[in-house]
Amino acid sequence: MLEILSYEFIQNAILAGLLVSIASGIIGSLIVVNRMVFLAGGIAHTSYGGIGLAVYFGLPIFLGASVFAVAAALLMAIITLNQRDKIDTFIGLIWAVGMAIGIIFVDLTPGYNVDLMSYLFGSILAVSSDDLTYMSILLTVIIIIVTLFYREILAVSYDSQYAKLRGINVKFFYTLILVLSALTVVIAIKVVGLILVIALLTIPIYIAEKLSNSLGIMMIISGILSSIFTLVGLWFSYQFDVTSGASIILISAVSLILFLIISKVLKKQY
Amino acid sequence: MSIIEIKNLTFSYDKQIVLENINLKVEEKDFLAIIGPNGGGKSTLLKTILGINKIKKGDITIQGHKPSLNLSKLGYVPQNTNINTNFPIKVIEVVMMGHIRDKKEETKSKSFLHKYFKIGYNEFEKSCALSALKQVGMEEFAEEKIGKLSGGQRQRVMIARALCSHPSILILDEPTASIDVSWQKQIYNLLKELNKTITIIVVSHDISVILGYASKVAHINKTITYHDISQKQKDLQNDDEHFCEVEMLQMLGESKSKSTCSC
Repeated sequence: MLEILSYEFIQNAILAGLLVSIASGIIGSLIVVNRMVFLAGGIAHTSYGGIGLAVYFGLPIFLGASVFAVAAALLMAIITLNQRDKIDTFIGLIWAVGMAIGIIFVDLTPGYNVDLMSYLFGSILAVSSDDLTYMSILLTVIIIIVTLFYREILAVSYDSQYAKLRGINVKFFYTLILVLSALTVVIAIKVVGLILVIALLTIPIYIAEKLSNSLGIMMIISGILSSIFTLVGLWFSYQFDVTSGASIILISAVSLILFLIISKVLKKQY
Repeated sequence: MSIIEIKNLTFSYDKQIVLENINLKVEEKDFLAIIGPNGGGKSTLLKTILGINKIKKGDITIQGHKPSLNLSKLGYVPQNTNINTNFPIKVIEVVMMGHIRDKKEETKSKSFLHKYFKIGYNEFEKSCALSALKQVGMEEFAEEKIGKLSGGQRQRVMIARALCSHPSILILDEPTASIDVSWQKQIYNLLKELNKTITIIVVSHDISVILGYASKVAHINKTITYHDISQKQKDLQNDDEHFCEVEMLQMLGESKSKSTCSC
């Protein structure tokens, strides 16, 4: 069992899994408390447009996906801040158009048959050391921003109208949260794929929310839970030779069900 | 000088005029009740005083300054305090949101984290929030999750949040709309106590506020009708307890119908 740890690609996979888990624990908490899950889903799928463009123009995939996802996040921020009542329609639209752009550009790429599946369901076993560098930098940036602006982010997330009255630039912080979400979604695509990103950004966070009495604690518990689910999922996928991203999500989902059952039983006792 | 002065304020959404030519002076330590029908412009007036709505015509000054430049003078308690009850946040953290970030205070802070990194809240802000909680009788709940409190308790926390920045004016939007009767009285008694040092403005449907607590009444329905009832109130309180809105409005000279009291 332990000899698999000596392979470099396994080491990279574990490291990537941990980096993404911590990032998604922090950002997922913000997404959940701000009720942005649908927005994050939209951004995840739209970023496929960036992947398609990057493939076509021969750019690094992460770069293409990140730029596209951030653009989608900014667009969604503008729409949400100005057209609250039509937001679901526009998100659905951006979601589909982004994916369509990606598919067309991959089709147009001569002689290159990109493996769509690896983006839809993740390719954690193909993480390069460049990917790891990018993930580490992003995680550092996220931790710095969230710590420095914790009180503003907390105020905007809990009661944005009141935050505005206290002189906080609500639009700026709302957009900041969306942009950080977009960047996190892009690195999470590597681990679980764009279809499953939403599960990674919600399941551990849902459990953490029930267990914490502050946003900071929620972020920490989410990060720890995500890490556990990711590692167990990886082991599961290795043992049974099944897709890693899907394994991680199923391990998370089973844990969530167990958590719900246990908390219900405990509640009855008291 | 009046603490709030509104001059010839007219406000409209798109082309519909909501407030027309409003003139109002609020004096220090007034207890002003704003009443009026739904859609009459009560909330709009409140939002304009708070600086949320941009003023296009007319003028509002708070102690001689524009509302947006005098944020710390205004404490605000919103109408719906039942939002986000699942949010993982402690009572003390909610109260601390009432502070306005003060760069100068932060550099004076003793704690290393606050002085150099400006992270989180400093000791001064924390103790300030605790004393605000004490003022509303909720200090023992400081470390509780906000969702565990009842509606009335949450209302008190929101009042503490508004008191946090030591405002000279406390503005409450329908403070008793979402809580049960036993709490309502406690909230108003608390407001009466606070009124000894600060000015209070309450928007309410609840006519009993005006009766027992308010010293001034403003009726808003596009235009404003203003009454000083601090004298009348003393006479009223000697009457028997039975009292209803119709009589109240008659007293204020508002009621044109001769409907009988049915309460």
